[in-house]
Amino acid sequence: MFDFLEGYDLLAAFWVTVKLTVFSAIGSLIWGTLLAAMRVSPVPVMRAFGTAYVNIVRNTPLTIVIVFASLGLYQTLGISLLGGTLDDINFQLAVLALAAYTASFVCEALRSGINTVPVGQAEAARALGLNFRQVLTLVVLPQAFRAVVAPLANVLIALTKNTTVAAAIGVAEAATLMKDMIENESDAIFLVFSVFAFGFVVLTLPTGLLLGWLSKRVAVKR
Amino acid sequence: MSNNLSVLYDAPGPRARRRNHLYTVLFVVALALAAWWVLDTMAEKHQLDGDKWKPFVTDGRVWTEYLLPGLGETLKAALLAILIALPLGAALGIARLSDHRWVRVPAGVVVEFFRAIPVLMLMLFANQAYSEFTTVESEVRPLIAVVTGLVLYNASVIAEVVRAGILSLPRGQNDAAQAIGMRKGQIMVSVLLPQAVTVMLPALVSQLVVIVKDTALGGALLGFEELFTQISLIDSFYANTIAALVVVALVYVVVNTALTSFAGWLEGRLRRGRRSGGVVPPKAAGDPADDLVKLTDQAGGRAV
Repeated sequence: MFDFLEGYDLLAAFWVTVKLTVFSAIGSLIWGTLLAAMRVSPVPVMRAFGTAYVNIVRNTPLTIVIVFASLGLYQTLGISLLGGTLDDINFQLAVLALAAYTASFVCEALRSGINTVPVGQAEAARALGLNFRQVLTLVVLPQAFRAVVAPLANVLIALTKNTTVAAAIGVAEAATLMKDMIENESDAIFLVFSVFAFGFVVLTLPTGLLLGWLSKRVAVKR
Repeated sequence: MSNNLSVLYDAPGPRARRRNHLYTVLFVVALALAAWWVLDTMAEKHQLDGDKWKPFVTDGRVWTEYLLPGLGETLKAALLAILIALPLGAALGIARLSDHRWVRVPAGVVVEFFRAIPVLMLMLFANQAYSEFTTVESEVRPLIAVVTGLVLYNASVIAEVVRAGILSLPRGQNDAAQAIGMRKGQIMVSVLLPQAVTVMLPALVSQLVVIVKDTALGGALLGFEELFTQISLIDSFYANTIAALVVVALVYVVVNTALTSFAGWLEGRLRRGRRSGGVVPPKAAGDPADDLVKLTDQAGGRAV
């Protein structure tokens, strides 16, 4: 029944999906946190930059961001990040684009988390003489992170699904393989689709459950 | 909001003001350096030459032949998708709340299944399935496949929004309706649903942004001739890759920002209406805006 799978390296494709997800998640977490810090900072220029970045990137299709990385950055401007073979370069560009795009959602999630920290906390911290950086990194952000585990889980799940868009620049991940298989094995398209659908359920379901459990565990009880 | 966030720092004294000025200068210098580097690299590759950007201002054909028809197709697909997904999603959401297990469980399975699958895979599958099993002509097939993918995914997202919206209504609404002898169907149609729809209207409008963005997938992988596809067409005519990318991205940003601000305006209007007693506020205290954010978060709607 599953002989249509022969000749295709399904696990390799999903492994690329996982790698794309992990690298972009790390990148977007760092960049998103910086953006969130900018958006709440006392310096107006930084706030303006953060706001502009988030609003522009959130309203641009991910497809354009990814194609821009490949067509614009690499093919036109010749920027190839870490270099390597064409496959490596495309992979890195996809990670860059996914991280840049997802960071805006991470930033918004974090900012809503900062809003959950009671005003008194920051006031008390300031009364102790902590400056903005200390208030943010010692008092507010640690609580904000604990409050946004669940929203961040949603962002991570969306990111996992969004890695399929890397198919637009030919990264050999799950959607690229599915496109090939669905064309070549046209008598088994329902089976092909089910296999890939199952793969994504397997990837996203544990993430959601685990982080859902974690968000209850680390929630700040007030 | 700004009021709420400024708790992080005091009103700046002379030292803090000096420091902020310093940071401002440093940040502006860093931005300027980055901009200079970008422009320099682009100039080196002749992407800043006037003839690459001029067509968008001087040559009306870029707009009449490429951008506007593309935008038209994008909006057509988005509108079709939302018009079909809305009733379907409402039905699924209500079915998930049913008293009968045989309705509730299948609806839940359908919703969770289509929410877990990337919308691109749904489109690819729909495209191939239509070409195998139906006689849909190949010119319209990409459009129909894109709409199918969008409907399947967004109906399940909307189902969750509707469910959360209905659950957020005060229990008393249901009790009161039962007390005056309404049947379950009547309660849903004439009491719960109208209120839930008002509460979640902004969330539904912002879902449109997600749909507009996702139509670009059909352009990239199914050959659906919408706005995104125009990038390569413009590029092949004027040889201006970056300019075409930037202008098309700008068109998306303008359309989606308009939708976002409309959703925000709607939210403010509804909230004012609620204060005057028009609509029942969702579950007790708390900022209604937070509840709406929660609604969207639960549905995983925004982050797509």
